Order: sequence, then C-alpha cells, then structure tokens
Amino acid sequence: MSSGQDKAKAGIFGEGGDRRWLIASSCVALLVLAPLVSLILIAGRGSGDLWPHILAYVLPQALRDTAILLLGVGVVVVTLGAGLAWLVTAYEFPGRRIFDWALLLPLATPTYIVAYAYLDLMHPIGPVQTGLRALLGLTDPRALWFPDVRTMTGCILLLSFVLYPYVYLSTRAMFLMQAGSLLEAARTLGASRTRVFFRVALPLARPAIAVGASLALMEALNDIGASEFLGVQTLSVSIYSTWINRSNLPGAAQIALAMLAVVVALVLLERWARRRQRYVSQAQRARRAAPLQLTGWRAGLAIAIVSTPIFIGFILPAGHVAHEAFKRVRFAGFSPQIGQEILNTIAIASVATVVAMALGFLVASAARLSRAPMGGALLRVSSLGYAAPGTVLAIGLMTPLFALDNIIADSAERFFGISLGLLISGSGAALVYAYVARFLAISAGGVESGLAKLSPSLDQAARVLGQSAGGAMRRVQLPLIRPALGGAALLVFVDCMKELPATLLLRPLNFETLATHLYGEAARGTYEDGAVAATCIVLVGLVPVMMLARLSRRRAFAWDKSVEGVDPMARDLLLVEPAGAPDKPRGKA
Amino acid sequence: MRKGAASLDVQNVRQTFGATLAVDDVTLRVEPGEIVCLLGHSGCGKTSLLRMVAGLERPDSGRVLIDGREVVGPDRFTPPEQRGVGMMFQDYALFPHLTIFENVTFGLSKLPANKARIVAEAQLARVGLLRYAKDYPHMLSGGEQQRVALARAMAPHPGVLLMDEPFSNLDQRMRERIREETTALLRDNGATAVVVTHDPEEAMQIADRIALMRAGKIVQMGTAEDLYERPQSLFAARFFCDFNEIDANAHDGRIATPLGEFEAPSEVPDGPVTVCVRPHGISLEPVDASAPPPPLTGVLKSRRYLGEDDLRHVVVQGLDAPLRVRGSARFRTEVGEPVSLRIDARQVLVFSRKTV
Repeated sequence: MSSGQDKAKAGIFGEGGDRRWLIASSCVALLVLAPLVSLILIAGRGSGDLWPHILAYVLPQALRDTAILLLGVGVVVVTLGAGLAWLVTAYEFPGRRIFDWALLLPLATPTYIVAYAYLDLMHPIGPVQTGLRALLGLTDPRALWFPDVRTMTGCILLLSFVLYPYVYLSTRAMFLMQAGSLLEAARTLGASRTRVFFRVALPLARPAIAVGASLALMEALNDIGASEFLGVQTLSVSIYSTWINRSNLPGAAQIALAMLAVVVALVLLERWARRRQRYVSQAQRARRAAPLQLTGWRAGLAIAIVSTPIFIGFILPAGHVAHEAFKRVRFAGFSPQIGQEILNTIAIASVATVVAMALGFLVASAARLSRAPMGGALLRVSSLGYAAPGTVLAIGLMTPLFALDNIIADSAERFFGISLGLLISGSGAALVYAYVARFLAISAGGVESGLAKLSPSLDQAARVLGQSAGGAMRRVQLPLIRPALGGAALLVFVDCMKELPATLLLRPLNFETLATHLYGEAARGTYEDGAVAATCIVLVGLVPVMMLARLSRRRAFAWDKSVEGVDPMARDLLLVEPAGAPDKPRGKA
Repeated sequence: MRKGAASLDVQNVRQTFGATLAVDDVTLRVEPGEIVCLLGHSGCGKTSLLRMVAGLERPDSGRVLIDGREVVGPDRFTPPEQRGVGMMFQDYALFPHLTIFENVTFGLSKLPANKARIVAEAQLARVGLLRYAKDYPHMLSGGEQQRVALARAMAPHPGVLLMDEPFSNLDQRMRERIREETTALLRDNGATAVVVTHDPEEAMQIADRIALMRAGKIVQMGTAEDLYERPQSLFAARFFCDFNEIDANAHDGRIATPLGEFEAPSEVPDGPVTVCVRPHGISLEPVDASAPPPPLTGVLKSRRYLGEDDLRHVVVQGLDAPLRVRGSARFRTEVGEPVSLRIDARQVLVFSRKTV
C-alpha cells in the first residue's frame, strides 16, 4: 500500500493523512461486505436436513422461474431498448424530441406498481374487460376469453415494459456517440440503412446494450412485488416466503446464496461490457450522421411505435393509479394513515440519504486522495451493493444485527440496569443500513464523477497553499462538486422511497412505508386502497426521470455542437442509475 | 461500382444551413483520372461540397453528375450507397469492431467471398499492410490507419474518390511521406479524386488543379502555378504567399510607393491599390560607403536563420511595418547596419482595392 514511490510523495503530503482516509474507507467497504459474508456463514450453519428439502422442492422451481423470467425480460428489453434507441437516433419525425425523453418515463413506475395496476386493470370486472364486454354486448364475464396477466408471459412483458429504459438509455447514448463518419463511411461503401444498422451501429453498441440489459436484469432479479402478485415463484419471492412463512433463516440464506451466483454473473457481464465500451468508443470525434426525415404514413408508424411502450409502461398504469387515488380521496378523504406512512417514508429515506452521501463522499475522496491503488479498489468494493438484491442484503443483515442487538441489550441491562429492547432492528437502523449498502454506489459514483471533472492540479494547488488533504476537500473540491452531490442525493432519496424487498424484511414492527403499505393492500387483494400510496411513489419516481431526461438532452445538444472526447459522457449518462459502480480508479495525478 | 475513373460534374450547386449560405452556386468539372483539390479556410464550404457529391448531404438546388449520370438533380437523389463513390474521412472512420481485412472487404459485399478476399488482399498489399489483416484498427499507428482507410475506400474501385482532409491527422514528419505515397497510389490507379484541404502547400503538391474556395464560392481554379504566379485576387495571393503588402494609389498607370515607383497592370484601374511584394523578390546588398548612394536603402532590424533560408526584417523609411525579406544571405550584415534593397518587378503583384 505504500511503495517507495508513495513514501517519497508522502514526504510532501504527509503519510498519516493518507492512511487515515484509507482506513475509514476500508471500514465502509467492510460494512457493505458484512451482510454478504454473514450470508455465507448463516447458510453454512444451516441444519443439514433443510438443504435437501430446499434442493429438492424450492430451488429447482425458483431457479427455473428466475431463469425463464430473466431470459424473457432480457430478450424483450434488448429488442425494445435498442430498437427504440435506433428509431429516435436515425430518423426524424414529428415529436421525436419529446419521445426521446418520454421513453424514459416507465422508469418512474416501480415493477410492483406496474403489476399492481395491471392486475386491477385487467381483472375480469376491471375497466378493460368490462369495457370490452360492453363493446361486444356480452354480459357473462366468462363469455370473453382474455389473456391472464398472472402468468410468466404476463410477468415478462410487464417487467420488460418498465425496465427497457435501462437499455434504451445506454444504447441511445452510444448511438449518439458513434461517430457519424462511421455510418457515413458504411454508406459510401455501398451499405443500405438496414445493413448499416446491423453491421455497424448495432455491433458497436453491443457493449452499451449489455450494460443496460444487465442493469435491467438486476432490477428484475431484485423485484419481489410483481413476481409475487403475478404468481411467478422467483428466487426473490422464495427467499421472502421461506423466511416469513417458515421462519427458516438458514433456508432463506441458502436460496440467497444461489441468487448471489446469478448476481455475480450479471455483474461480470456488466463489467466486461463496460470495458469493451471504453475500447469501442475510443475518442472518435465527428459530427453526428444526419437523421432521415420520415413523412406521411412512415412518420405515423414511427410515432405509433414509440408511443406504445410509453403508454403501456407509464401512461396506462400511472394514469390508472392516479385515477383510482383521486376517486378514493374524493370518496373517503385523505386517510391519516397515509399521512403517517408518507412521514415514515420520508424520514427513513432522508436518514439513509444523509448517511449514504457522507459515506459515499468519504470513499470517493479516499480514492482520489490516496495514491495507492487500494483507494480505488475500496471504492469499487463499497459500490458492490447496487447489484445485491434487497432480499439477499436483508437476509444477510438479519442475523448479525439481531446478535448485536442482543449484546447491546444484555450489556445495557448488566452495566446500566436499563432495558433498551432491540435497539438496531427496532429503530429502523437495520433498514437504513440496508438502504445505504444498496445505494452507496449512487452516492459514491456521483461524488466520484464530480471529482473526476476537477483537475488534480486544483487539489495540488490547495495543498501547496497550505491546506491539509481534508482542508482542500472542504474548501476547494466540495464547493465545486455541490451540484453533483445534490443530484446523487436526490437519486438515493428516491430509490430509498421506492425500495420494497429489503423494507419488507427489515422494517420495525408496525412501521409502514408507502411501498410496504401498497404491498399489503395488493396481498390482501384490496387494490383501490393502495392507489394513493402508488400515486405518491410514481410522482416521486418522476423526479429522477426528469433529471435524466434533462441530462441526456443536454448531452445530445452538446454533442451536436462540439467535438469533445466521448467517453466521459457515456460514463455520466450511465452513471446516474445504479450503474454508478465505478470501474476505473480516477483522480490519480 | 464501376471499373475505371469517372468524370464528375457539379452544376450550380447551392446549400444553406439555416441562414448561412454554405455553398453558393458552385460549378466544377473534374476529368476522369484528374486530382482536384478543394482548398480554403475552414467553413468555406469545401467539406459541404464534398459531402454533397458523396450523397451524405443534399443540395438545395443544382445538379451533380458522375460519369454523365445524374445523381442529384431537381427531382433525383441517389443515396450514397448507389453512387459508386469512395470516401476517405478526416478521422478515417475505420470500424473499430471489424478487423483490418473486414474493414477493407466491407465495401465488397456484392462480390463473392473469394473474389472479395483477392481484391482486399491486393489493396492491403498495395499499401503495405497485408500483414496486419487480422488486427483491429486501434492496434495500428495513425499513418497505418490512414492507409487502411485509403485501401478500404479504393477497394470497390469507385469512379470518384473523395478525400476529406486525408492527411490532417498525421504528424508533420509523416505527412510529407504519406502524401507522396498516396498521390502515387492515386496516379497508379488512375483514380479521379477530389481532395479537401486547407493547406496550400499540400494542394500544390498533390493536385492537377486547385479550386480555391471562399465563403461558399470557387474564387479561382487552375493549376498550382496559375494560382501561385497569377492569383486573380488579393485573397488568392495571400493564400499562397506571405506577401509584404503596401497600400498606395495608382495614378495614370503608375504607383508611387516608399519602395519606388511601380507600373500598374493594365487591368488595374486608377485609385487605391495594394502592392504585394514577395519576400523572395527582394534582394539585399551591403551599402558601399565609397560608391554613390543606392536608390533604395533600409536598416536591418533582425535576422533569423531558418536553415535553407534567412528571414530578415528591414526597416524602410516611409513604411509602417518592416519589410520581410527571404533568401540565402550572400554577405553578412549586422543588425542596425544599413542595407541596399533591390526589388524584382516580376515578384510584385498589384491589386485594386476597389474590387476586393
């Protein structure tokens, strides 16, 4: 960690400070890793007789369902995402600029809300089927055959229509970066537009597609509400039911381990793709290829194609829950319970955001300040949580935190004679821990990308002018990256508010957030009561979508105007969502 | 895709970007096998013109004919892939996901695979890069990438080869050599080529004819010698030579300047003129104190040794700026000493300031 060269530099900057940053950063990395390590320990400790049961009855089914779901979602999101990205890049049609960002709207609908909305919409006595029957003059609900959403196919389609924006976003960014001259060169070499797409644009975008797809699949894997409502027994659902229904923690941990293997595969895919991406998009500078103007029925077709996913993934479900919520509030008023849940949600999300930002800042700064490669490695480890599904994290956290709770309670009793109860799990600290571990990638990534834009000579100038490493951070870097910090904090906050799987497992007794409330209503089949909560979540979810839309529009515009290097743009565009996982040590002079 | 060089006709082509006129009524004919350079400062419309010939952009009006066949006209637009043109891009635009060999065969999709292989290998051999066939573009140096781009553009035997600043991404030392190789290759292939450049020296070196462009128009077209020796405007003159410019007045066909009296050419009317004296057209002599005073003298202000040439600055009474004088020094004068100047009248150009 301190080679001879580092020591020489430490002579100027002081070795102690360097080491303190690294130690603090190591602690954060350990905090993130702890649940995963404990998971392995719990699973290993599990009684031997459970394992055969899980192996025989739970895992095969769960693995098969998860595999089919991921495969299906993968195929659909790639087709949708890449196809739409090409359509809005290579063609010009009325409204294209609006569609360009409107295609991101489904990101605002969490998977469990889209499932919840469609179950209600497509119910035999729901608005869609009732309307159809009225149209056909049928009275018997059974007279009309209607595809059931509560199937694997239904689940794949619904998840895909809210998760495709991950692929769309990354692929669109890639298409925007592709030097126009590459596509033009292909044209002058005799290739038609179609051939240009399949031979040049698509292969070049392959890494971006893989990045987007792996993020979408991580979301699909993490999902608990949609799969459960739609009757698909995924790994996530199995973990939850094994713990809640059978109180079998080792069993849940064993399934979680199997899930972790899937996660590792997805992370490896993502990492590989990001490396490739860097290589494929090596500083090409050129203007963008001019899009082809569509007119008449072709323009109409293009508009129809791009409107469909927006309609299915956002307008219909969000409109439905908003409408239901409106009816509910008018009929029954705004229940005090919802008010309390909003407060709960905001409170816990705020605490988690503050902690995540502080730790993220620490880790990213340590990576920049320390010249040792360890700083960058710690940053990457700390960001691993984004890939860990909420259920996996929660199961991993439970045992050590309960154990810690007991130790604290015992010693409080023994030494101070007071009874504290379950301090950590009871206070929601466990939930904050899970949120921070899961979303640290966003905060650390945000700080890191903000810092990466600052020239290292700024740090050095501050140091030469007599500031300590921390002082330079506080007086120079921090003020400069404030906008990046704000953006990252907002994203963390929104993600915490939307989070369902870990919240379900780790919340204190009788503590309801908007998401868990919605889950409860849906589980009971009382959909209309959850509509207000669902509407709140979608509204909050719109905030990051707007931010993303603004960002990507500005990028597209900047690209039109300038000929700057390309790679950082892709990085930033992709960094906004959990992809924040940094993969390149930065800030080294 | 055709064999053999084609002719290129650009007729009254005009293109606007918003309010700016990028290409303003340009007409140009390139004979089969001819190499023509479009020369001009950035933003003069030369690249736009090239891109319209390639079919990457559409003119607002005018026609383009390749080998007598209309590819752009009032009601025709042939897409680039059907024009039989080759194009070399400033950034080379090599496909990063394809090998060198695959890059070169990309334009040969209409040939059967074994034939395409033969053609591609021949092209790669010609530019001396056959051994890199299996490598990827990023593994090659800039000069090698440039040659791959050339091989790729030439492989389908385009009737017209269009090159957009093909040498600007190379470093100075390499540029000279690759320029020569490329020109030789073009001549070898008997290709019709249109090359965009902003470098007059480059244009003179490779072109049969140069079209000098300014603000979307061709201001003068001719051989390198035409443009250098007989520029028709002050703009053209300045483009090729770093003149000493002296503002004066023509009166009855005579022009009086601090450097003496010059004869105004017949096409220059009386009135304000700019007299341009090439730095090479001035020779310096030591002042001999015993001889009668020479007609024109100055004082040496500075002297820079530039290898084959010297650059000297001479202050002459009555001139605002010191004169720049280039040429090899046949004698030694110290800074501050007087020198006598002689001006070669053939190296002096006169332009009326009324028409510029």
